[in-house]
Amino acid sequence: MRMPLSWLAEYTDLAPGARGADVAASLVRVGLEEEDLHGGDITGPLVVGRVLSFELEPQKNGKTIRWCTVDVGQNGQMLTEGKHQEIVCGAHNFEVGDLVVCVLPGAVLPGGFAISARKTYGHVSNGMICAEDEIGLGHDHEGIIVLSRLLGEERAATLSPGDDAIALLGLADETVETNVTPDRGYCFSVRGLAREYWHAQGSPEGGYRDPADVATPVATPGGYPVELKDDSPIDGNDGCDRYVARIVRGIDPTRPSPPWMSKRLTQMGMRPISLAVDVTNYVMLAVGQPLHAFDVDRLSGSIVVRRARSGEVLTTLDDVERTLHTDDLLITDGGEQPLAIAGVMGAASSEVSDTTTGVLIEAAHFDPTTVARSSRRHRLITEASKRFERGVDPKVTAAAAQLAVDLLVEHGGGTVDDAVTDVDRTSERTAYLLDVTEPARIVGVDYPRERVVGILRDLGCVVDESGEGTDDTHVLVTPPSWRPDLVDAPDYAEEVARIDGYNNIPSITPTPSDGRGLTHAQKARRVVADALAGAGLTEVLSYPFVAEELADQLMLPADDDRRHAVRLANPLSEERPLLRTSVLASLVDTLRRNVARGHKDVAIYELGLVVRPGGPIGTAPIPGVAARPDAETLEQLYAAVPAQPRRAGILATGQAEQAGWWGPGRAADWSDMVAAVQTVAAALAVPVAVANDPGHAPWHPGRCARITLADGTLVGHAGELHPKVVAALELPARTVAAEFDVDVLVAASSEPVQARPFSTFPPAMTDIALLVAADVAAADVESALRSGAGESLESVVLFDVYEGERIDAGHRSLAYRLTFRAPDRTLTTDEVNDFRDAAVAAAASATGAVQR
Amino acid sequence: MSGPNTNYDPVEVSALDPANLDAAVQDAVAAIAAATSLDDLKAARIAHQGEKSPLALANREIGALPPSAKAEAGKRVGQARARVSQALSARQAELEAERDERILVDERVDVTVPALRRQLGARHPIELVAQRLVDAFVGMGWEVAEGPELESEWLNFDALNLGPDHPARQMQDTFFLDPVDSGLVLRTQTSPVQIRTMLEQEPPIYVVAPGKVFRTDDLDATHTPVFHQIECLAIDKGLTMAHLRGALDAFVRIMFGEETRTRVRANYFPFTEPSMETDFLCFACHGEETWGSAEPCRTCGGSGWIELGGSGMVNRKVLRTCGIDPDVYSGFAFGLGIERALQLRHGVQGMHEIVEGDVRFSQQFGMGV
Ligand SMILES: [Zn+2]
Repeated sequence: MRMPLSWLAEYTDLAPGARGADVAASLVRVGLEEEDLHGGDITGPLVVGRVLSFELEPQKNGKTIRWCTVDVGQNGQMLTEGKHQEIVCGAHNFEVGDLVVCVLPGAVLPGGFAISARKTYGHVSNGMICAEDEIGLGHDHEGIIVLSRLLGEERAATLSPGDDAIALLGLADETVETNVTPDRGYCFSVRGLAREYWHAQGSPEGGYRDPADVATPVATPGGYPVELKDDSPIDGNDGCDRYVARIVRGIDPTRPSPPWMSKRLTQMGMRPISLAVDVTNYVMLAVGQPLHAFDVDRLSGSIVVRRARSGEVLTTLDDVERTLHTDDLLITDGGEQPLAIAGVMGAASSEVSDTTTGVLIEAAHFDPTTVARSSRRHRLITEASKRFERGVDPKVTAAAAQLAVDLLVEHGGGTVDDAVTDVDRTSERTAYLLDVTEPARIVGVDYPRERVVGILRDLGCVVDESGEGTDDTHVLVTPPSWRPDLVDAPDYAEEVARIDGYNNIPSITPTPSDGRGLTHAQKARRVVADALAGAGLTEVLSYPFVAEELADQLMLPADDDRRHAVRLANPLSEERPLLRTSVLASLVDTLRRNVARGHKDVAIYELGLVVRPGGPIGTAPIPGVAARPDAETLEQLYAAVPAQPRRAGILATGQAEQAGWWGPGRAADWSDMVAAVQTVAAALAVPVAVANDPGHAPWHPGRCARITLADGTLVGHAGELHPKVVAALELPARTVAAEFDVDVLVAASSEPVQARPFSTFPPAMTDIALLVAADVAAADVESALRSGAGESLESVVLFDVYEGERIDAGHRSLAYRLTFRAPDRTLTTDEVNDFRDAAVAAAASATGAVQR
Repeated sequence: MSGPNTNYDPVEVSALDPANLDAAVQDAVAAIAAATSLDDLKAARIAHQGEKSPLALANREIGALPPSAKAEAGKRVGQARARVSQALSARQAELEAERDERILVDERVDVTVPALRRQLGARHPIELVAQRLVDAFVGMGWEVAEGPELESEWLNFDALNLGPDHPARQMQDTFFLDPVDSGLVLRTQTSPVQIRTMLEQEPPIYVVAPGKVFRTDDLDATHTPVFHQIECLAIDKGLTMAHLRGALDAFVRIMFGEETRTRVRANYFPFTEPSMETDFLCFACHGEETWGSAEPCRTCGGSGWIELGGSGMVNRKVLRTCGIDPDVYSGFAFGLGIERALQLRHGVQGMHEIVEGDVRFSQQFGMGV
């Protein structure tokens, strides 16, 4: 919401010497955040100019510039060289004869941008023809300002080349722009902002002049007939509980809006259109009441406010035909012809036009929820809907209508009908019994009773200190009509704190007494992340949105759980509507991006949630919020949220170890991925087993490890990606990958590690070489050796693997070093030989191994 | 060799003649001194201390002397041999020291050649910033709460006093799950974690909830559809806005240093009442307003203050929805975006580098920030 300082000064006294920044700072103190400052930082010459001629000059860069001659009156080159201003302009939205805004050499535009004659495109350009954003008028940079379009033909007709455009456009007047929060609908008006500024100044006596404080007539018989017929209120609230209709006839449609009004509308970021429309907008900006002007001669019946019928259509002012919903509230002509979606937008059919002489001013109060729903449903956010959905003062209705009537009479030459329509079904607010010590309890500042009562009165509340229920600590508070947000003690506490000053709130560090630190899972997840980074992998984050075809690209089988992805109803990109079921699914994009940026050796990982619904999506209940939902409903609520396991994905390509002075490098291969998972498991002290897994996508069937806990629970997979997957995803050849379930590892690590005793007697080592068929897994041989070797076995290390001509084809030789150690004595050679033979025998029976 | 002779004059045995012994010692000492290597010294040792050396021969002659002469001859020879031994060991020590010195010189390498053979890994700074904040709060006695990213609409909106028609609900651009009536959304804030915590735990509650959140914004310099928030929730008896301010101040100090100044002002959030917005003094321009100037401060946009995030006393309606009696307990909540904290604290200019996953971005932060 914008507010020129000159307008603010009409309703309240500005602090002496206050500039825009000071006003913004004052408003911040009472909770209205500054958004921007406009105007006030421009020095001329900035003048009205008339385009006399221009030549089109195509440029080498493909642009065509206009070399213009502009009449700027007795300014610029006319004074120094006796000729019209010569200006280069890049815009094309104007014609010869148009009135434009010219900034001449010597001027300074907002942002300290000094204008001088300068050489450009082969000419000396003596200034610029301005666009809105260049002079701080708006954000439009589509083309330059054409004054007949900005101010209207009538207004433009009164201008001459050389007129001061700073005054014309109100640019000397600073305009403060504030952000209005949804609970402060009344601040969508200069009336409300002025009131808040007055509070920020300490609410000095007589320092606020309410523009809505005007005499209003009461309803009379014979007014324009209005019927409020809401037969399906939302949440029991009537869609419209007040409707004021006033009629002004005999308006001269050729009369323009007064210049001051056009200027203010421009300052507020609105376009002047015609007197009738400008008046409704001006009054809305002044007091926050959206008004609607109907051409009274185009109305045939009474005004009936009702809900839309199913299938009813209405073409709104923006020329869009809208199919209405039965929740939409309509203003209709005689109950049939829809004239407007109440509080949102009117229909083209009943609008005032340039021939309208009789205007019906509608000032109504509509239900916020009704307007909010219509606005959202039709994607129509209008100045009216913004205000109604945040709540409009139900008592300002008649005053707003009166202000509009007065302006139409004064500037349009019209006459107001004596008959007045005011259907008022609003109810009085009930008083709230406020404990005056409550603000202190909520805020933590010891506000005396008089301070609380004083602030509430300043805010416009009626405070009754003697009514029923009042005592030393209780008063009856009736909030002002423009504050529907004030309901209970915390609301009043906020007001007291706000007006007294939030910065008076002290800072006390809370001291919780029984924190138990991070949970095991939280600590363990950090161990996982740190272990992976410690292993040389770089952590990245990727978006979880994936394409439908990804499941095929990853070669997931038809019945694979990872194909059961959930789908977004409104994805950012239709190409990626699904949520990932694995981390690798989104991590591949990150790897590709790194490679595209020239990184050859990349090893990355991500920890994150994936969504695994494991079946069809249920429907989450939406219980009421008045009390805690019952246990059964909560159970349903939690159960409806699909499972989201936390997983880790790893991808690597290029060199795992660099070449250097020490010798050649080593390419990342499947084993680095297995090692990464083993590193994580070891960091959590969780034993894991590795097995060959020939059938798990997206891995290479001959280079995929399945990693499990000792009890067989699946942890994850690691190895080289399937060459077809690599090709389909356009990854570097031989890209390697791992993915594992972090939750499984974390859960497996939850019990404290139990220390095993170890012997201090000397170890005995013995080496064996076993010949096994090539398809026998080393892990199986090792586990057989372990099972046969007895309790004295300390370790088994596979120190060599040989395949080649010295042994039978289709076989491998596995060389192991077995280390034995007894807890209580030094083992003898005979004992060690017996253990070794037993181990070999076990390996022979389990895997067919033959000792060489 | 002569046999024992009881009246033999040792002087008459030439090998034992003091002059000869002295000459042998002189020869030995000269040879030892002349040795320039350990090998030379070894040769000198054999020549002058070995079995066939003059002194060894002289020593053997002693046995043939009459007992009365043995003692004196033995003493003379012993002294001579000791002098040689001493010279030998002294020279041995010298030459060994020289050799050791030479080995160290010979073994010299250029230690400035690259030593890291493997790329080092790194954590993502978003995780590190979150961890830093979490650790500070855990240190003050808070605990960490977590929840799912795909969340029920009720927990993400309704329970937080964001009814279906609430204007604030429309401000948030939410990813809805298909079908829309499933009542599931990608959480737009970490606040549903607070609701879950209040539903599941008895007060007092002091939790901090970091996590990923989602809004339907396209990626640009200040927006990303997936980003991270951290929220704090405290529910206890007697908590006031002063405690909220204390917690916020702690938060700001942890993130931006002990000297950081804050200001607070009223704001509106459906989840809280009263609500509060906290700004801290811009560390780039030190609070100088640069609105509309030629170069408005890029860090704060010109206001001189940087918005930290929304906060407030938990709305009584929300407490009731969670089954907590607002007449017994009060509480506060606040939150902020971790991306923004990262940008401000570490001078990250845009959003792209945070979300793109370029390894160079994470690698500059190492394992901790
Ligand atoms: Zn700044």
